[in-house]
Amino acid sequence: MKSNSISSLRFGTVGFASVLILSVLASVPAFAELKIGLVLERSGKDDKSFNASAYQGVKRAEKELGVTTKTVEAPDNSAYESLQRAFAEKKFDLIIAVGFHQLEAVKKNAARFPDQKFLLVDEDAKAPNVRSVMFEEHEGSYLVGALAALHAKGGKIGFIGGMDVPLIRRFEMGYVAGAKKINPKAEVFSNYLGVTGEAWNNPPKAKELALDQYTRGAEVIFVAAGNSGLGVFDAAAEKQKLAIGVDSNQNWIKPGFILSSMLKRVDESVFDSIKMFKDGKFTTGLIRYGVKSKGVDYALDENNAKLVTAADKKTLEELRADIIKGKIKVPDYYLVQKRK
Amino acid sequence: MKSVMNASLKSFLKSAAGALLGFFIGLIICKLAGESPIKVLKVLYQSSFGTGYDFGMTLFYTAPLILTGLAVAIPFKAGLFNIGAEGQLTIGALAAAWAGVLGAHLQSPAIAIGFAFILSFLAGGVWGAIPGYLKAKRGSHEVITTIMLNFIAAGATAYFTLYSIKDPDSSQAETIPIPPVFHLKPFQIFNGAPMGELILVLIGIVLLLHFILWNSVWGYELKAIGENERAAETYGISKQKVWLSSMFVAGGIAGLVGVVEVLGNAHRFKIGFSADYGFVGIAVALVARGNILGILPSAFLFGILQKGAGSLDLETDKVTRDLSYIIQGLIILGVASEGIWDSLKLIRRKKNA
Repeated sequence: MKSNSISSLRFGTVGFASVLILSVLASVPAFAELKIGLVLERSGKDDKSFNASAYQGVKRAEKELGVTTKTVEAPDNSAYESLQRAFAEKKFDLIIAVGFHQLEAVKKNAARFPDQKFLLVDEDAKAPNVRSVMFEEHEGSYLVGALAALHAKGGKIGFIGGMDVPLIRRFEMGYVAGAKKINPKAEVFSNYLGVTGEAWNNPPKAKELALDQYTRGAEVIFVAAGNSGLGVFDAAAEKQKLAIGVDSNQNWIKPGFILSSMLKRVDESVFDSIKMFKDGKFTTGLIRYGVKSKGVDYALDENNAKLVTAADKKTLEELRADIIKGKIKVPDYYLVQKRK
Repeated sequence: MKSVMNASLKSFLKSAAGALLGFFIGLIICKLAGESPIKVLKVLYQSSFGTGYDFGMTLFYTAPLILTGLAVAIPFKAGLFNIGAEGQLTIGALAAAWAGVLGAHLQSPAIAIGFAFILSFLAGGVWGAIPGYLKAKRGSHEVITTIMLNFIAAGATAYFTLYSIKDPDSSQAETIPIPPVFHLKPFQIFNGAPMGELILVLIGIVLLLHFILWNSVWGYELKAIGENERAAETYGISKQKVWLSSMFVAGGIAGLVGVVEVLGNAHRFKIGFSADYGFVGIAVALVARGNILGILPSAFLFGILQKGAGSLDLETDKVTRDLSYIIQGLIILGVASEGIWDSLKLIRRKKNA
């Protein structure tokens, strides 16, 4: 009995000492390592698209740059402010807010914590301690619009949008302009899935719309509708027609039926920003990712190598060069709408 | 009166026990997931009471749930099941934003805020009265019509937001911001959380409704129809009138969520602002067992869990925000499983016998 208690006492001391040593060891790198807090939208890190891309960027930074990261997914659209604030109070070095819904929250927290650095993706916070990253979706859509027109012998193509919001209208406007550049007589069918958040998550409805557009003669459909896009890819395979994916590289989902994907390199932008932060080169203000920096682009890989010909590539690269030079002005829905 | 008090106290205790049971099972699930239940409790406590800001945010989540809880509980007293609080609050919120456009010239905060209050109530009320009317005149089932009206409300508000009063300087789907004279001031002690005197007003509304239901002719007729439709009709009470008026009041109260969100928080209407308040309201009313005063603790409990969902993601490694929803579900199950008490009674009786 007595020896038992002594041994447990001894174990206790050893345990205590080792805990002390461990905690010292643990606290040393914690001081040196950068702590990155990532606040994702409601749809979360498994949305196969926008948030997933940001999450990949952060995970890559964790692996390649040795930073510590913590990810939270907001339970609702009112939670962004308190989640960012919690990161700021825990003295995270950089807080990354993904999605335009977080604009107001970032503005408030940036004012409340003037020494805290933020990265906001998809909106411009116009604050001195925030790096805002926006994508020129209309430019990338212009390129895939041209690609669609090149593959539509009959001159009919389609567009399927998720929720009817200005951002998706911006995709559509660029896409139509790109198609008309190649074929001025091109006819574009356009449908939106709905006006509620459910529009991002309704593959059956997207499939019905796509089947309808294909029946009306569309040969290529560009879909910008989050998860709903899967329905369009199904329809393309069923009708032996082509579709174009969005945000991430979705070519692999139905190889042979997905002509390309309009990439929005959220992962690159997030990774770049963390790297700059680590190297002490972090800048604030608005950074635009367009076709020039390949922040928006069309996807080429082994899944669509047979679909996109060398001639197609040549045409697209010429268009890209013209956009960069300013010879082509891609219409931007945000600006057009403001002028109205 | 005394027996009424006793009965409601008993029902409250039953609810509380059921909620505790659900909560306890939730903690067992944490343990199975490899997270310490004590830590989860601590996180939930810290996230709702830790600082003034946290408490303010918890109240901010509680406020809409008080209103939607009432919006479900009142028609329930009249025997109607209102699934349409989500649509009613969306319409009310749009109306609050529209009040800012119509009342842009107003100078006095009292008049401006009062105007927005009335407009939200009326807009939500009319939206709620539609299924009430259809039920009274056509016999359409309110569960079907309220659900369908939720979709119509989402579509209609989206249309007006994007094409009538859209903010031209914003690339998001949101309306023109309301003028500062409409803004509700939050309490300083909440340190940035968007909640102020409004929470006291909401508690006042609950007390007032409780009083009206137990001390007015309208309240009596409502309960009479709910308890026994045919007997009440024989007695000369018009069920049409009761259905229409109870749905109007319920819709109006749900519409006041617009005041909480638009005047208190975002200062504009944003598509998709609601954290499913209308549907959680059903759970709030259920856990309160339709008791009007019970709505307050019940809404507060769900407010804590909603606020805690994000914190669980942030503070723990093994569990995520989804645990909060699991606990919510278990609490509802715990409260709803009334049969447990009866079977317990049976066991006791058998033992005694």
